[in-house]
Amino acid sequence: MSNLIIYNTVFCGVFNVLDTELGDQFSAENIDNWDSITQLSLVSSIEDAFDIMLDPEDILNFKSYSIGIQIIDKYGVKLY
Amino acid sequence: MNSIRILEGKIALVTGTSSGIGRSIAEKFAECGAIVYANARKNGSLDNWAFEISTKYNTKVMPLYFDVVDAVLCKENVLKIKNEHGKIDILVNNAGMVTYEMISMVQLEVFKKMWETNVIGSFNLLQLISRIMSRQQEGSIINMASIVGDKGAKGQVSYATTKGAIIAMTKAAAKELANLNIRVNAVAPGMVSTDRFVKVLETSFKDKINQVGMKRLGNPEEIADLCLFLASEKSKYITGQIIGIDGSLEL
Repeated sequence: MSNLIIYNTVFCGVFNVLDTELGDQFSAENIDNWDSITQLSLVSSIEDAFDIMLDPEDILNFKSYSIGIQIIDKYGVKLY
Repeated sequence: MNSIRILEGKIALVTGTSSGIGRSIAEKFAECGAIVYANARKNGSLDNWAFEISTKYNTKVMPLYFDVVDAVLCKENVLKIKNEHGKIDILVNNAGMVTYEMISMVQLEVFKKMWETNVIGSFNLLQLISRIMSRQQEGSIINMASIVGDKGAKGQVSYATTKGAIIAMTKAAAKELANLNIRVNAVAPGMVSTDRFVKVLETSFKDKINQVGMKRLGNPEEIADLCLFLASEKSKYITGQIIGIDGSLEL
């Protein structure tokens, strides 16, 4: 399974959406149930999926689908 | 509780195990069956002891050499434990330093160093390991407070300040982590007969022993027994508590 599929699967599971809904607009600002609790759950699932551990500032900044891709790239997880 | 292997299968990290209370805690946990990651700063300093204790108690005691103040090294070492076992059940934040001086003699740089070691170091590991424990929905974190953090003590304002912070951190973290079944407690020793304290007692505070109701110092193994209780399932409904262990010391 590619990293992109894994990443999308985590988002779909946490937010209960279809992968067709994911993209640049998928963010804390636009998604109703993206609150701090969901964000922690999302980060935990991402960490488990890719076997990484994000620094606190990256957990704090993990506020959109796109930003998340940039953040995990720093930990060596390439989606493309 | 001695020699009953009530921590069999548990993975524990104990900081500050080069001597004294930390070493007793690590040995107690090993005796009770835990796999113990024992932390100290000086490379190689625990190797012989860890091998002896592992053999004696038929378990694994593994040294981890890092400074708890260094957040990067904390993370590396926590990930090492997680990668080796997939979980961490017990954290004992014991590493710390202590000084004795009147307010006007407190050197700011020394105070800052003590704050970093006693408070930030403990927080570094609490933050990292509680995230791993949150996946397990289980865990016990034990912080090392002190009676002076609660009651105060003349000539120990800087140390008392750091231990007061540990007490506050323990209570706040316990509330935030309770719904994840992660327990956070602190032990608050009085005067304990570590080599370090006995030297200080003999040179500066010989009469202090009269302030102890039981008229003796505690010993590190007694502190370790309390930590064992808090680490084990025997205390599974206890969280957010600061448990004094001081033989009725009056400050």
